[in-house]
Amino acid sequence: MKRIILSIALVILGFAVFSQDTTTTKATKKFKLPSVDVKTLDGTTINTSQFTNNGKPIIITFWAMWCTNCIKELKAIQDVYDDWQKETGVKVIAISIDDSKSVDKVKPFVNGKNWDYDFYLDSNKDLYRALNVNQIPHTFVINGSGEVVWQHVTYTEGSETDLYKIVKEVAAGQEIKE
Amino acid sequence: MSFTRKINTRKLFILICFSPLLSFSQSILSSGQIHGSFQMDAQYYIKDSLIGAPQVPEKVLMNAFANLLYTNGDFSAGLRYESFQDVMQGFDPRNKGNGIPYRFISYKSDELHVTVGNIYEQFGTGIILRTYQDWNLGIDNSVDGVDVAYTPIPGITVKGLIGTQRFFFDKGDGIVRGLDGEVSLNDLLKGFAKSKTKITLGGSFVSKYQKDQDPIYKLPLNVGAGAGRINIVSGKINIVSEYAYKINDPSTANSMIYKPGDALFISSTYSQKGLGISLSGKRIDNMSFRSDRAVTGNALMINYLPSLTKEQAYTLAAMYPDATQPNGEEGLQAELTYNIKKKTKIGGRYGTDITVNYARTGSIDRQQVNDTTAIGQSGTMGYTSDFLKTGKVLFFEDFNITIEKKINKKLSGVLMYLYQSYNKEVIEGHPGAPMIYSHIGILDLTYKIREKKSFQLELQHLLTKQDNGKWAMAMLQYTIAPKWFFAASDLYNYGNSDNSKRFHYYNASVGFIKNANRISLTYGRTRQGILCVGGVCRYVPASNGLSLTVISSF
Repeated sequence: MKRIILSIALVILGFAVFSQDTTTTKATKKFKLPSVDVKTLDGTTINTSQFTNNGKPIIITFWAMWCTNCIKELKAIQDVYDDWQKETGVKVIAISIDDSKSVDKVKPFVNGKNWDYDFYLDSNKDLYRALNVNQIPHTFVINGSGEVVWQHVTYTEGSETDLYKIVKEVAAGQEIKE
Repeated sequence: MSFTRKINTRKLFILICFSPLLSFSQSILSSGQIHGSFQMDAQYYIKDSLIGAPQVPEKVLMNAFANLLYTNGDFSAGLRYESFQDVMQGFDPRNKGNGIPYRFISYKSDELHVTVGNIYEQFGTGIILRTYQDWNLGIDNSVDGVDVAYTPIPGITVKGLIGTQRFFFDKGDGIVRGLDGEVSLNDLLKGFAKSKTKITLGGSFVSKYQKDQDPIYKLPLNVGAGAGRINIVSGKINIVSEYAYKINDPSTANSMIYKPGDALFISSTYSQKGLGISLSGKRIDNMSFRSDRAVTGNALMINYLPSLTKEQAYTLAAMYPDATQPNGEEGLQAELTYNIKKKTKIGGRYGTDITVNYARTGSIDRQQVNDTTAIGQSGTMGYTSDFLKTGKVLFFEDFNITIEKKINKKLSGVLMYLYQSYNKEVIEGHPGAPMIYSHIGILDLTYKIREKKSFQLELQHLLTKQDNGKWAMAMLQYTIAPKWFFAASDLYNYGNSDNSKRFHYYNASVGFIKNANRISLTYGRTRQGILCVGGVCRYVPASNGLSLTVISSF
């Protein structure tokens, strides 16, 4: 009898623990942007907790100089970036994962392309790992409270439209369900 | 009976006593987060003796991993489960197995960052230490041990690490120890604080220990390497340089010679809005550095010596890729990126980007130590090398121009021309193979039919008189953003001097993407060749079949 009671007690306890777990994880898919050190194009170390945009949304996108699709995505956003900024105040942070093979060439490359984003270097892939990126381009949308609310892998022509749809919803303070 | 009852009552009591603790730990857990990622690559192999694709007895092979990462405030912990059922063709067969070869616990505050377990670390440019993972190459040389980074005052960071390296599902034989310090003069010196010129200095020391069980040679048990670096930023100009020296380290990779090694890397860049120029050079002399002197292949490497050439992504531009020669090479690279402003006559409505790049790598000077010792002879100093003289053998050369232009709202394109020289004998290690000179042209057009529906057409051509002769490739892709893509391509070796080897390498693929999940299915042929990332390469055998890739981040 005691054994049955014990089993029941264990099951209930287990269930309680489990349900607590699921309610906390299910309620919000969003999560806090991990705090990781990256470098500026001038080699200064900066922590991702310093990524702010006055409560407006931030797009974080991982790229590298050898990634053709990443460059296509950054070019496509550049064409509409002025409009996006005017309408939503969004800021794009482009994180290069170029390693020592090409990391020194990132600054002249992005300047040469006349891109207007905030650029950071993640040569040792610390942020890449902290955000569980597998393949680039990998794009994240961060809300005004510094939480990741949406993410997307790969770039196909025109997918920036969907990215912007999410940005507009975030700028309007809506919850992202997708 | 009464005995079990006693136990049970006690268990219940303990359980009740512990339940507040459980719920306490639960509340810690609930403020933490668990995230991760997953990837699976699998292929069903079909025998294709024409192109040299062998019969794979297992028929299906798969490489897969799942990463789990737990974070809670300053604390994080993670693990990676990997499974190779068996190892896919073209990957190191020593990878065979399943298990958790990567796990760590880490604590980070403002001043202190401690990691125990598997560590990915880099000192400077990685010239004497870089542990990293590259799934596509099948490389993971993480150090399993302890890593501490400490910032006592802003502007100074000291790092120390000790451990053994991952060797597939095992550990390497040697122990790796490393120390690194970096000082930012602008943060440290008051007079420098507001200076527009920023100077960062760094230095590191790495040593490995391995027992000497060699029957012939007396080998150094501890091999030390030191490096110093400087980074200067002054307005539009950046200069980075690092020099490394390693004591004698006879190994299988350098044919057991006792010569010390050294390496130098210098890069300078100038850039302003619309214009970027970079010029870099390097020289490597006997710098293969592994925690097991007997090991070969892409394993147990302690340092990272990337190739100094542009990493090409288009199929034919990457057909003859450069691979680093750790035993000795010198090279230079120059690149110019220029943006012709939009709404100008040449720039057009959307502007035009032009990139010109040139890179060249060749041998270093090598002279005999004395008249009776051949260059590279085992058990000797190997050779002498004059730093200021250059070698006579060209390894690799790449001159390329890229023009990127958006013509109107619907049409945009990339046009590329490359001239490459490829020393197959050195890079692929085929004695007697000819130098391959090739001209390559690439046109990549994207046409938007509607906002989310587009066609991409890629046309590529490679012209060479050597090796397999001329190649042509066409790829057509239809995308429905952001979820679907369908592609078909053919790579045709139409200029092969042997008529019976003029093969078509056709492929068809379909992919589905939803948020951070991507599934793709490809059917077709893969050409035999080599795949390089950062100058580190693996052999890709010819294959035919159906492959599936699933990736997910959560």
